[in-house]
Amino acid sequence: MSGAANTPERVTRALRELYGSYGYAPFKVRKFEEYDLYAENKRFLASRQVLTFHDTDGRLLALKPDVTLSIVKSAANGGGLRKVFYHENVYREPRPGEGFHEIPQTGLECIGALDGYAVGEVVMLAARSLQIIGGRCVLDVSHIGLVSGVLDAAGVDESGRSALFRAVGAKNLPGVRQLCRELGMAAEHAAMLERLVALYGPLDETLPAASALPLPARSRAAVRELESLAAQLALYGLDFVNLDFSVVNDVDYYDDIVFRGFVEGAAAGVLSGGRYDRLMARMGKPGGAIGFAVYLDRLERVRETPADYDADVLVLYSAPEDVPRAVETAEALVRSGETVRVERAAPEGLRFRRTVRAENGEVREC
Amino acid sequence: MLNIALPKGRLGDTAYACMARAGYECPALLEPNRKLTFENPALGVRYFWVKPSDVPIYVERGAADAGIAGKDILLEYAPDVYELLDLGIGKCRMCVAGPAEFRDDAAKTLRVATKFPHIARAYYSARSREIGVIRLGGSIEIAPLLGLSDVIVDIVETGRTLKENGLAVLEPVADISARFIANTASYQFKHAEIRTMCERLENLS
Repeated sequence: MSGAANTPERVTRALRELYGSYGYAPFKVRKFEEYDLYAENKRFLASRQVLTFHDTDGRLLALKPDVTLSIVKSAANGGGLRKVFYHENVYREPRPGEGFHEIPQTGLECIGALDGYAVGEVVMLAARSLQIIGGRCVLDVSHIGLVSGVLDAAGVDESGRSALFRAVGAKNLPGVRQLCRELGMAAEHAAMLERLVALYGPLDETLPAASALPLPARSRAAVRELESLAAQLALYGLDFVNLDFSVVNDVDYYDDIVFRGFVEGAAAGVLSGGRYDRLMARMGKPGGAIGFAVYLDRLERVRETPADYDADVLVLYSAPEDVPRAVETAEALVRSGETVRVERAAPEGLRFRRTVRAENGEVREC
Repeated sequence: MLNIALPKGRLGDTAYACMARAGYECPALLEPNRKLTFENPALGVRYFWVKPSDVPIYVERGAADAGIAGKDILLEYAPDVYELLDLGIGKCRMCVAGPAEFRDDAAKTLRVATKFPHIARAYYSARSREIGVIRLGGSIEIAPLLGLSDVIVDIVETGRTLKENGLAVLEPVADISARFIANTASYQFKHAEIRTMCERLENLS
């Protein structure tokens, strides 16, 4: 049989095994949540549109557009680390104007007393998730603190900051230059920002270049975190991790390590994640959190091989007396690994590798 | 091989001229025929002409690795693409225009006719001004003349059309020019090719 190589099912199964093997426990959430959870954290969501409905008692509920918020909400206030993974459908608008879609999503979250090792483990699992999908892959990693540190030093305000991060996210160097001018940033800060944004390449090769810049303290701390991450990733033998400042997510929630994964053949990123300690603080939870999601819907067209046939063998029978012969034939074929379709007449519009007919106690090719 | 989406029309001709000067010529492109794609295998480029507002769609969804699109289109549709270079061609301004003597009556909802509803909404919502957007497909200048709208948000090149219709630029919204954009995934997997193309285009100016 053709085509089954990259189905979401195959990938999901393999991802579950991967996450399970590092001690992450499966986590099941309800299909819907109180709408307030999303209303209060709209900026955390990839799309602001939420599908709502009223419960029998009049409370406003929403079909969940995101799983992370539910997991954080359910997090206990105790110490230690919580490691979970999920496979759920989420409901959101992929692009404005497209209407709501049901999107299968797999991801994992590591919540609580995070340390450098835990962060490295999650980034490693993100990288290995891409390997499972297969083919050439790239994981782009950044640290929001690096750029933020420069903006802090330059005294850039909130609106200037979000405009600058947008330009950085689009690798829009002319835009960054223009904004720096408009915001009246000092030349040294503008130059530093430009140098950072232009950096792109393997983590271990690019970090020294960032480190060589006369960075402010917050940025330097971010570089050190990235350096220890790079060292841990090297232990795992992962060599397709790039430093890329265009990974920004939403800086209101992600203010630390962020990453985005690509596989060849998918037109956009298929994995996105980062450290979102700020969301924890907003929701009154102690500790930090890091996680990522794999967008399984974007894998549908990765290296697909169109199915040439609807089934391997069409088994035809004419009279009711021929049914036992047809059954026998079909069973033998299925046992030998072929797919069959048993019909009285050839179904219209379907294609088969070959056709056999059970008639008068005999089976013949036709 | 890089797939490049070019905008049909005047901007596209200038854009191709840039590509050719940067060393990515494809003479077949200039022959008068009805073909839609043009290839120069030796240089590793394949061009295709699409409607200007469709360029970011082809690039965002990976049918094109890179393309040339006006900043107006990028502002309007906010596609998830890398905006690598300002080519400095096709320069014009996005403006609010209306009758030269127009005075905004803050007590009323401002009626804005435009081909760019998203840009218009973003511009006025940043100023907390309540507007009603009237989406038109073309000949925007006629809307205030016939009382369909109070003002328009549109692209102004020389301002001649406005002037001849008794309209004037009231407020500039944004400077527009053509940008070299790239698909985010192609940027990862065809990095060297896209960077080289970007640098050669940058060195033209």
